[in-house]
Amino acid sequence: MKKTIAIAFSLVLIIALTGCPDAKSRSKGVYMLLDTSGTYALELNKAQSILNYLLGVLQPGDTLAVARIDTGSFSEKDIVAKVTFDERPSYANNQKRTFQQEVNSFVSTVKSSKYTDISGGILQAIEYLNEQGSGQKYVLIFSDLKQELAKGYNRDIPLQLQGFSVIALNVTKLRADNIDPVKYQDRVTKWRAEVESGGGNWAIINDLENLDQIFSN
Amino acid sequence: MPLANMMSITSNTFLSMVIWIGLLLAALYFARRPFHRAMSSLSRIIHNAMRLTAASVMSAEKKLVQRNREVLMAAGLESAERLVEREFDRINAAVVRDLEGYPNLQRKLLEMTTRLDEDYTQSADVPPDLPNWIPIIESIANIKHSGDSMVANMLGEINRTLTEQHKASIENHRSSNTARHSILNKMLPAWRKVQKTLNDVGKSIGNLNQRAKRIDRYMDEYEQIRMQSDKAARMLSSSSLTQFFISGLVLMIAFGGALINFNLIALPMSEMVGGASYIGPYKTSDVAGLVIILIELTMGLFLMESLRITRLFPIIGSMDDKMRLRMIWITFTLLAILAGVESALAFMRDRIAQDMEALRQTLAGVEQASAATSLIPTVGQMIMGFILPFALAFVAIPLESFVSSSRTVLGIVAAGALRLFAFILRLIGNLGYYAGRLVINLYDLIIFPSIWLEGVLTGSKGKRTAPAEEQLFEDGGITEEAVENLNDTIEYKEPQE
Repeated sequence: MKKTIAIAFSLVLIIALTGCPDAKSRSKGVYMLLDTSGTYALELNKAQSILNYLLGVLQPGDTLAVARIDTGSFSEKDIVAKVTFDERPSYANNQKRTFQQEVNSFVSTVKSSKYTDISGGILQAIEYLNEQGSGQKYVLIFSDLKQELAKGYNRDIPLQLQGFSVIALNVTKLRADNIDPVKYQDRVTKWRAEVESGGGNWAIINDLENLDQIFSN
Repeated sequence: MPLANMMSITSNTFLSMVIWIGLLLAALYFARRPFHRAMSSLSRIIHNAMRLTAASVMSAEKKLVQRNREVLMAAGLESAERLVEREFDRINAAVVRDLEGYPNLQRKLLEMTTRLDEDYTQSADVPPDLPNWIPIIESIANIKHSGDSMVANMLGEINRTLTEQHKASIENHRSSNTARHSILNKMLPAWRKVQKTLNDVGKSIGNLNQRAKRIDRYMDEYEQIRMQSDKAARMLSSSSLTQFFISGLVLMIAFGGALINFNLIALPMSEMVGGASYIGPYKTSDVAGLVIILIELTMGLFLMESLRITRLFPIIGSMDDKMRLRMIWITFTLLAILAGVESALAFMRDRIAQDMEALRQTLAGVEQASAATSLIPTVGQMIMGFILPFALAFVAIPLESFVSSSRTVLGIVAAGALRLFAFILRLIGNLGYYAGRLVINLYDLIIFPSIWLEGVLTGSKGKRTAPAEEQLFEDGGITEEAVENLNDTIEYKEPQE
């Protein structure tokens, strides 16, 4: 009898131990970078719809953070809103409402920055998502991918993107791109190479109707 | 040796090739007999090995069929016993019920017959006749008078008295008749009552007769099964297959019910155990929902067992009545509690779904529609959540049928599979045998110049070599017979030299 109880207890323990880490490994961590530089700040209403989509699809236990890309983006101060959704769906729903309000208020008050530090934002995203321990990590870059660093900022740091998916959203064509499309292609190729050399997966979604492709892989 | 070297044993390549072919044919000719023997042995090995295996498989199939038959008969016997037992119980109940009421019935009948007798006696009373002196007075009244007024008066008086007397008698007769009629009228319901009571008795006896006939039929079937007749086996097998498919269908319906039940409680369970934890590849909330449904099913199973509707757990069925009654109440209470929990979860689900819909509308930027004021969907879900556990409790009945009939069906399927396997083995054996013959014939075809030469040389001496094939395979073919016994001796005939 004692033996049976011991076996049953061990089984429960094994299930509990194997079950718990699973929750983390299955959770998604999404870090969205919003480019607020120059005229791109005008595109932020599109970012709102992307965030609404994310709030709709993310489940309890998932993490979502929104940060701005400005002159120096490698800073916690640039995180506009962050949340790890509660395990209870009703609480998670309330958190989503609050999050949406925070983002809306940011978008309505945002001022455009002079420079665009995308690399710093990505570094901050890596740090944040690694800290959260999410199973699937996504860095969404809502930007035209044109990096402009202020004098003195060093961003020649290799990105450690193993286990990360980096998705560029709404990569608009600049006026110069229209004149010479090679510039646009070079920009995209440069970021792809940088992400892939860091061990991450790269994707680009320009048509916001295809947002379901974010988590398709 | 490279081909180029082989072709250069003479200066002429063609000549070299002819020499090589000649040598090869000679070698093949000398190796012909050993090759034939080897090939023959190989094909016989394949054939006999396959035959032996097939015989073994067929033997296993026979055993399985026998076992299936035994299982079928045992199940049939049990079922027939149950039926007979049930009929006896019913007869017993009917007899006890009728006999219990018999003294009452007898008393009732006795009372009614006494009353009828009394009424009949009363109705038989004749009215009082006219007095005896009436004829005398009548004759006096008829005397002719000569006109004497006194006599006339007297006679008139007598006539009047007579008429009055007559009227009184008629009145008396009428009233007496009325009284008798009323007595007879009162007898009518009593007669009807008696008739009805007797009809009831007749019906009870008829019912008993019918049951007795049914028992006779069941006993005949029981006898057939006990004798293990083919008719009984066919009947039971067909009944088992029908039960298998019907119970399978009902189980599928129950599975659909369980699925709906699961969907009702899975979402609210995530509110209780969290929606982000997993057990293996499954969400803990889903597993919890499933566990609740399985517990309900188990409780239903125990309830049905305690009620002796099913017999999956003999230990429950064999408990004493007091314990069984306790078990019934315990399982029923647990089932009711679980049904209540499910009902509450269904309510919670409705609320969460409403909240999620509201959030979706907010995120989509759609103006929120006013909340539906109707309580019908909520109440409907709650009722469904409460009823489904009880409905699922009845799954035990088809489950029992499915389990018992699946033994037979699986046995039939396994026997069929074994027969098919044996057929394939025999087919392979025969293919091996004829493939050997084919290879030998092909061999002879390749070396036909040597054989032709042999024929020419030996033909001149008046000898004729029997075809190798005929030597090796004396009868030139094999006869397929059913291998009934593993101990059958398989004779190996060595080819004649």
